[in-house]
Amino acid sequence: MGMITVEQDLTRRVEQFIYAEARLQDEHEYAAWEALWADDAIYWLPANGDDIDPEQQMSIIYDNRSRIGVRVRQLLSGKRYTQDPKSAIRHLITNVEVLDQTGDEVSVGCNVMVYESSLRGETLWAARTEYLLRDTPDGFRMARKKVALVNNDKPLFTLSFLI
Amino acid sequence: MNVMTRPEAPDFAALIGKDRVHGSLYTDADIFRMELQRIWYRTWVYVGHESEVPKPFDFVTKSIGPQPIIMTRGADGQINLLQNRCPHRGNQVCTEAQGNARKFTCPFHNWTFANDGRLEATAFADGYKDQDMSALSLGKVTRVASYRGFVFGSFAADGPTLEEHLGGAAETLDRLCDSSPTGEVEITAGFLQHRVKANWKFVLENETDGYHPAFVHASVFKVTESGIGSLYGSKSTALTRDFGNGHTEIDLRPEFRLRDQPLSWFGTSPERLPDYVAAMEQAHGPEKAWQVMIDGTPHVMIFPNLFIAEIQIFVLQPRAVDDTVQHVTALQFKGAPDMNRRLRQQTMGSVGPAGFLLADDSEMYERTHRGVLSRDPEWLYLARGEHRERLDSDGFRVSHATDEVPSRGIWRHYRQIMEVA
Repeated sequence: MGMITVEQDLTRRVEQFIYAEARLQDEHEYAAWEALWADDAIYWLPANGDDIDPEQQMSIIYDNRSRIGVRVRQLLSGKRYTQDPKSAIRHLITNVEVLDQTGDEVSVGCNVMVYESSLRGETLWAARTEYLLRDTPDGFRMARKKVALVNNDKPLFTLSFLI
Repeated sequence: MNVMTRPEAPDFAALIGKDRVHGSLYTDADIFRMELQRIWYRTWVYVGHESEVPKPFDFVTKSIGPQPIIMTRGADGQINLLQNRCPHRGNQVCTEAQGNARKFTCPFHNWTFANDGRLEATAFADGYKDQDMSALSLGKVTRVASYRGFVFGSFAADGPTLEEHLGGAAETLDRLCDSSPTGEVEITAGFLQHRVKANWKFVLENETDGYHPAFVHASVFKVTESGIGSLYGSKSTALTRDFGNGHTEIDLRPEFRLRDQPLSWFGTSPERLPDYVAAMEQAHGPEKAWQVMIDGTPHVMIFPNLFIAEIQIFVLQPRAVDDTVQHVTALQFKGAPDMNRRLRQQTMGSVGPAGFLLADDSEMYERTHRGVLSRDPEWLYLARGEHRERLDSDGFRVSHATDEVPSRGIWRHYRQIMEVA
């Protein structure tokens, strides 16, 4: 098997994983989505730029694995009013590229648009998303997901669905 | 009387009763325009914190209502609040959120201003021969004053001083600063900006509404081991307080004193923040440090836009009658790195567009705004706890944690200042 074929195969697997993750988010399958995370995961939405230090500066989301669990349990509680009724959302994902590969870890970048319809109205979200995926016998797991909204330096409406 | 069909100047006495307010106060664009003139562009409004511009020539972009404001520190160390508008033909002279600049140069015709707003130079100056240009500086907020590092501005040349305006609420800022081992609070972690499609007064009133947490935040209390829930239960000993001048608080100290556990207010313990505890004991002496750490930081809403919520600061910015931005960040205590890390982490979890708490509050603001557009009933009912409110030893109205003393106090003050032409 030639090198190009191996790379194409990896890109294809990565794309399928990202699409599957997006589907779970779009369909509010919170528990199945949570199962995609590695134990040392970080889920990060920076604010005021894409390269801030999240240990020193405010981020919109900066969840470790435990806090991802709280986020999911809150959504499942039946009293997360901002998602009751749930936003109708669809992720559109494009420009998927494998950026780096080291051992069992793959860095991936893509562009994302999300169309949201909620009680407030319709909102369009756009972001550069980067993943650190870990290849395991059970498939990829997300060790890190960074969603850099293009307007993260501006006032933003409530973003309470899983982006 | 049909209050919906009123002449140009609304009759605030008819719209604001002792225990009820009219829905149009939140949704009428004419009233919003009047609020800009009579509240935002007249009374003391919180703008920023001195620690955001620590060095000479530092600047940061802020706001007073819809108006952008540049807060600068001059060569002389003084804080200036400037309007972002060239006196020549109106262009904005600053488009950066923050930085350090000795001058602001308008890109339109290259007029240059010192960082205290003075016009320093014009391009091709021979075109202004013999003209007096001295009045052509950047507009300035007329009065600037600060209390414990919190900088306020007022566009009115006359009126109460900042300390007169803060009145009894100034003590809550002292109380906050006591929780810093150096006595100083810093704002250094960057702001989240959370926008809601709702009138600013829903946000203002909710900040010291102790009735909603048990319900709006039930999901958080259910899935975390948060100790917040019981503070706002029917058996709570915490108090709502009306300081006058529109300032209100929920005083949680009675509950924390019952618990008698230092740092319980922050859901932690001295063992987990040893450096902070040591610094506090050194600063205050062990006895006072212990009391400060039992009491915790305040939960106070300084009218019209500064909310200290124990661990974070919110600055409310009305942009239109139904468009409000909550600027929010973690409070940081100078000289307390272990404490500050936890303050940032807890703040990020709680607030902002994706916060465990504020996303649900903001949902309520938006639903309420849509709700009050209904014509019947026209009124919001704010009578909770009227029968049990009383005066505390300082003469301020207090009542049960879940009572609507704060809303009634806010509206009493609102009516007073809105009736002044």
